[in-house]
Amino acid sequence: MAETHSLQDLGQQAAVAAKVFIQRDYTNGTVCQFQTKFPSELETRIDKTQFEETVRTLNNLYAEAEKLGGQSYLEGCLACLTAYTVFLCMETHYEKVLKKIAKYIQEQNDKIYAPRGLLLTDPIERGLRVIEVTLFEDRSLGR
Amino acid sequence: MKSCEYQQIDPRTLSASNPSAQSCAGGQSSAQRSRRKWEVFPGKNRFYCDGRIILARQSGVLPLTLGLIVVTCGLFFAFDCPFLVEHLTVFIPVIGGVLFVFVVVSLLQTSLTDPGILPRATPDEAADVERQIDTTGTSSYRPPPRTREIVIREQVVKLKYCFTCKMFRPPRTSHCSLCDNCVERFDHHCPWVGNCVGRRNYRFFYSFIISLSFLISFIFGCVITHLTLRSQSGKGLVQSIQESPGRYPFSAHGRPVRLTRRHLLSLDPPTRTVVELVICFFSIWSVMGLSGFHTYLVASNLTTNEDIKGAWSSKRGAADSVNPYSHNSVFTNCCVTLCGPMPPSLIDRRGSVTPDDPSAAAASAAPELELPPFMAKSDTRMSPKELLERVVRSSELCLLGRPTVPKTAALEQEEPAPRDPRCSSCSSSSSSSPSSPGCWEGRPPCPPPTAALCHPYGRGARRGSLDSVNPAFRLALPSPALSHAPLVVVGGAAGSAPVPPH
Repeated sequence: MAETHSLQDLGQQAAVAAKVFIQRDYTNGTVCQFQTKFPSELETRIDKTQFEETVRTLNNLYAEAEKLGGQSYLEGCLACLTAYTVFLCMETHYEKVLKKIAKYIQEQNDKIYAPRGLLLTDPIERGLRVIEVTLFEDRSLGR
Repeated sequence: MKSCEYQQIDPRTLSASNPSAQSCAGGQSSAQRSRRKWEVFPGKNRFYCDGRIILARQSGVLPLTLGLIVVTCGLFFAFDCPFLVEHLTVFIPVIGGVLFVFVVVSLLQTSLTDPGILPRATPDEAADVERQIDTTGTSSYRPPPRTREIVIREQVVKLKYCFTCKMFRPPRTSHCSLCDNCVERFDHHCPWVGNCVGRRNYRFFYSFIISLSFLISFIFGCVITHLTLRSQSGKGLVQSIQESPGRYPFSAHGRPVRLTRRHLLSLDPPTRTVVELVICFFSIWSVMGLSGFHTYLVASNLTTNEDIKGAWSSKRGAADSVNPYSHNSVFTNCCVTLCGPMPPSLIDRRGSVTPDDPSAAAASAAPELELPPFMAKSDTRMSPKELLERVVRSSELCLLGRPTVPKTAALEQEEPAPRDPRCSSCSSSSSSSPSSPGCWEGRPPCPPPTAALCHPYGRGARRGSLDSVNPAFRLALPSPALSHAPLVVVGGAAGSAPVPPH
């Protein structure tokens, strides 16, 4: 499998060359958005448009999680009426979207980033502060 | 908690035969017990039920709050309700019961929920931020105040750097010195509730004070009705109360007695009613005042912190300083604050500590994992991401060893937790998070050279031995491995000059 092959390549050198942190973008307030500016360290590794596409999709997913719409209000009102005890039994809309995000990141890592010696860390593991991109040294750029 | 799909690889068994099948790496080799993140949480919080419940280190007057509510309601149900049910309607105790349940549940949820604590930055992140800041290469001993200006909807907002958490605080976030945590959308630290009030538990707090206002008004009304009806049944009101003059609060000899439960139970019905009346009367002003104030804050999408500092008031700074977070509609602001989506807890209390955690990295910095045989026997049942993460972890340990972060030689002066004028003391609270997103148990079982140093840190959440009581001072740790721990100030100058809010 292509992924395994590249991972074994990585495994053999397995050196973390650097870490790049994509910071939050607060121009729209406190909603969770990340900066789409392409970091210079990734220029040699990945296509700019591809990377920006990933970040933009993540931003859209987070916007969906925090969207103020009919569903979230309904959830909020129901929770209020039940003295917020529904949160103990039910998974919130936000948590459902977070699962979607985790799946998306894993998929992106498998298809796009791991073959290029990069790894995206789910922002939730960093407290939604940064998207951490780990760069591996790759002596064999077999692409 | 999600079950792990892979097991911890022990290099000693690699040369032996196949790794055993998927057993969750929850139970490790006896060398290291797997620890949950709450056990190494650096803030001042207490955890119960294996991380499910989070409390502030000092619970403030939460027991008093609960006690007052329970005692008053107990007296009400025991002594007023029978009379009122007889003379009025059976719905009185029903309504009282519903309100009481609402109040207690909201109170417990406010106290035991993560208010929106931001986890501290990892050493790599902190180093990255430091690199971005240190562009001037200033050689002055005292670094300049670290702020970053951003523009939110045409308003200039200053983001301050938090020396404890090693990150620029997001807008509306503040560091509570009592909890020693940065809390998102920090409102205030409430001693009555024994917790910070922030983004995640503001709605619980608001429902608590509103329902408490209703409960107090309800009990007050019922008590007045009770006394009125009783006085109408023949005797005058004052005479009814004076029926038992010698019981409360003075003894027969006219000396004040301490009011014990026995005293309360031995009191005459009218006198017990007066006790409730007094409690309700004095608390109604403060609680209703607080409810009114918070209703105003909710309607204008402000926090107590911002209101007290006058952050968006037109009196300070620019003439047209508008709250950039407001949706300019009272209804929308209310909906957003109270019925908006419930954000998840970011601190992942019940997740297991992994080697690439800052605390765990400090705990086990041993670079001796052999990668090729490991990768050769890669378990194809693992997902590529898991493999890669394992690779990252092991390579980090090999190469980075002890993460180093440039020491900030500045006196860390955290802003004192903004105090709600109506709340007398402040304590901090912590929050809990539901299931952890992942459970990485593939920690190489290398003997931790810094174990002796890490144990105190690991128990920092409980003992707080490394954090002195005074937030202005921090103890330096001998090993740079614990670089994310707070650092001592040598020759103190205030690291962050107070930035005037605008």
